[in-house]
Amino acid sequence: MSQPVRRKKEVFPTKVLSNTEITPGVFSIEVERLHDFIPGQVVAAAINTSDPLRLYSIASGKEQPFLRLLYDVKPGGLLTPQMARLQKGDTLYVSAPFGRFTKAPDDAWWIATGTGIAPFLSMAESGQTQGPTLLQGARYLTQFYYADFFKTAFGERYLRFCTAEEHPEVIHGRLTNYLKESDAVQAGRKYYLCGNANMVVDVRDLLLERGVPFENIVAEIYF
Amino acid sequence: MEQKEVLFGKTLDELKVVVKEMGLPGFSAGQIADWLYKKKAGSIEEMSNLSKKARAQLSERFDMGLTPSSKVQTSADGTKKYLFPAHKNLFVEAAYIPEEDRKTLCVSSQVGCKMGCLFCMTGKQGFQSQLTAGEIINQVRSIDESDLLTNVVYMGMGEPMDNIEEVLKSLQILTSDWGFAWSPRRINVSTIGVVPAMRRFIEESEAHLAISMHSPFDEERKKLMPIQQVYTIEQVIETLRDYDFGRQRRISFEYIMFDGINDTAAHVKGISKLLNGLRCRINLIKFHPIPDSPLRGTPHERMVWFSEQLNKKGLVTTIRRSRGEDIYAACGLLSTKTLVKKDEQQDY
Ligand SMILES: Cc1cc2nc3c(=O)[nH]c(=O)nc-3n(C[C@H](O)[C@H](O)[C@H](O)COP(=O)(O)OP(=O)(O)OC[C@H]3O[C@@H](n4cnc5c(N)ncnc54)[C@H](O)[C@@H]3O)c2cc1C
Ligand code: SF4
Repeated sequence: MSQPVRRKKEVFPTKVLSNTEITPGVFSIEVERLHDFIPGQVVAAAINTSDPLRLYSIASGKEQPFLRLLYDVKPGGLLTPQMARLQKGDTLYVSAPFGRFTKAPDDAWWIATGTGIAPFLSMAESGQTQGPTLLQGARYLTQFYYADFFKTAFGERYLRFCTAEEHPEVIHGRLTNYLKESDAVQAGRKYYLCGNANMVVDVRDLLLERGVPFENIVAEIYF
Repeated sequence: MEQKEVLFGKTLDELKVVVKEMGLPGFSAGQIADWLYKKKAGSIEEMSNLSKKARAQLSERFDMGLTPSSKVQTSADGTKKYLFPAHKNLFVEAAYIPEEDRKTLCVSSQVGCKMGCLFCMTGKQGFQSQLTAGEIINQVRSIDESDLLTNVVYMGMGEPMDNIEEVLKSLQILTSDWGFAWSPRRINVSTIGVVPAMRRFIEESEAHLAISMHSPFDEERKKLMPIQQVYTIEQVIETLRDYDFGRQRRISFEYIMFDGINDTAAHVKGISKLLNGLRCRINLIKFHPIPDSPLRGTPHERMVWFSEQLNKKGLVTTIRRSRGEDIYAACGLLSTKTLVKKDEQQDY
C-alpha cells in the first residue's frame, strides 16, 4: 500500500484565552481566532497532535475576535477531560473550519439539545436573530447554555423545554411532545437539528409524521 | 461478583501480555490463540496442551467470552437472522446469506448507530454501545454455519468506522496466521465515509471497502445522511484517490435506490462525474421501506435502466439481489424492529 499524501487534517496551534466551566461538566473555551468561517461550521481539535482529532461546532460569531467552542466533558474520553484542564496561555490545536451545516434560512426552526446549541449560538452571534425560532430541550435548567443571550436576541422565539425542573420562563415537559401537538409545526419551513443522534432521529421522525417533507429537515449529529 | 475478562477477541500480542503476567511460558500465547481461533475450543478446560495449573489460572481470571445466539429466524430463501445478546439486555443481529457459490455472514459492529441515516432502521435506535472485537468475531464463530462461511461483510448494525479500534482488531484476528487465517479478500467492510477512520482502515487493513453513496449530490445526500455535513462524498472519494489499492483490493459503492429521488438521469451523470477514473464498482440496492419512512424503493425496471446508463458510462454496476426480505435481513438495513427506550430521551 503506497503511503498516503495527507494522513490527517492540518491543525494549527492557538493560545487559550479563557476556559470557563459554565455549568458542571460543560465548558466554554475561547482561543485565538486564526480563520474566517461560516456560522454552523466545525473545527477539528486536539491537545496532542499525534492523537485522533475531535470535532467541535464553532460557537462564536463570525465577527468576534476569538473562536469559541462549547464542550461537555466525557468521563474517560480522550480529549475533553484534558481540554477541561487547559488554562489561559496554554495551546490547543485546531483545524481550519469546515462543514456544511450552514445557511439556515431566516424563517427556519433551530432545534437543539446539549452542546448542540453551539452552531445556533454562532449563527445568532453573527447577527442572524430576526427570523429563526430556537427550540431547546434539556433535563435541567442549567443546561440552557447562554440563555440570557438568547432571551435578549430571540424573545418570544426562544422556546425552552425542561423535563426535570420547572421555571416560569421555561415549558415544563418534552420538546418532542410540543412538536407532536403544536399547530406551529408547518411543513413548508426548514428545520435545522443539532445534537446527539437519539434526539435528531426522534425529532426527525416526529417532523416527518407531522407532514414535513424530509427535504426540509437538515441535521448535524455529534457522533 | 466482579465480571471476568474474556479471552475470545484478544490478539496474539494481548495474549502474550496475559501469559507474561501469569508467569506462563511465552509460547502458550500462541497455543491459546490456536484454541480460540483455529481449534474452536468451547472452554478453557479444552485447551489440553496447557498444563492443568495454567488452565486453572486462566479460568480464575478469564471467561471464554463466547456467546450463543438467543434467537434465529429463517427466511423463505434460506437467509437466517441471528440475534446475539449484547450490552444491557440489547442485542445485535448477524445475517447468514447462503448462495450457490458463496456463504456470507453480515456482521454488526455496534449496538445501534450514531449516524442517523434517514432510511435505516438501526439509525432509528440511536446509539447504544460499541461492540468489542470479541463480540464482533463471536458472530462469525457462534452461528451454526460458521464452518461453511466463505465471506464476511461488515454491513450489519452500526458504522464500522465509528468503532475503528475494535473493528481493526477483529479484522486482525480474522486474517492473521495465528487467528482464523482468512484472506482479507474474503472480507468487505462498509462505511458511510467517516474520513479519518476510513484512512486508518485503508492503511491498516487489506480488506475490501464498500462506501455508501446513495446520492452524488451534496444537498440531497445531506438530507439522507447527516454525515455529509462534515465529510462529503467528494472528500471521501478524494481520500480514496490518495491510495493505490492494487488490483486485488476492491472498492465498491453501495447505492440504495429511492423512487423518484436518487434514480434520475442527473444522478447517473453526477455519479459518473464523481467516480471519474476511479477503479471501482457500484452495487445498486433495492430499498425495502421501513416503517414510517417517507422513502419508497425504485421499481425494478427503473433500476435496470439506471444500471444500464451507468454501464454505458463505463461504470461496472450490479443490481444486488435482495435476500431475507421477510425477516428484514437485507444488509445495511438490519433491524431489531422493537426499538428500545433510551436514557437520553429525558434530555429533550
Ligand atoms: C460534527 C460534530 C460536531 C461536534 N460538536 C461538538 C460540540 O460542539 N461540543 C461537544 O461537546 N461535542 C461535539 N462533538 C463531539 C466531539 O467531537 C467528541 O466526540 C466528544 O467531545 C468526546 O470526545 P473525547 O475525546 O473527550 O471522548 P472519546 O474519547 O471520544 O470518548 C467518548 C466517550 O466514549 C467512551 N468510550 C471511548 N471509547 C469507547 C469504547 N471503545 N467503548 C465504550 N466506550 C468508549 C469514553 O469513555 C467517553 O465517555 C461533535 C461531533 C461531531 C461529529
Ligand atoms: S445506514 Fe449504517 S451508518 Fe447509517 S444509520 Fe444505518 S447503520 Fe448507521
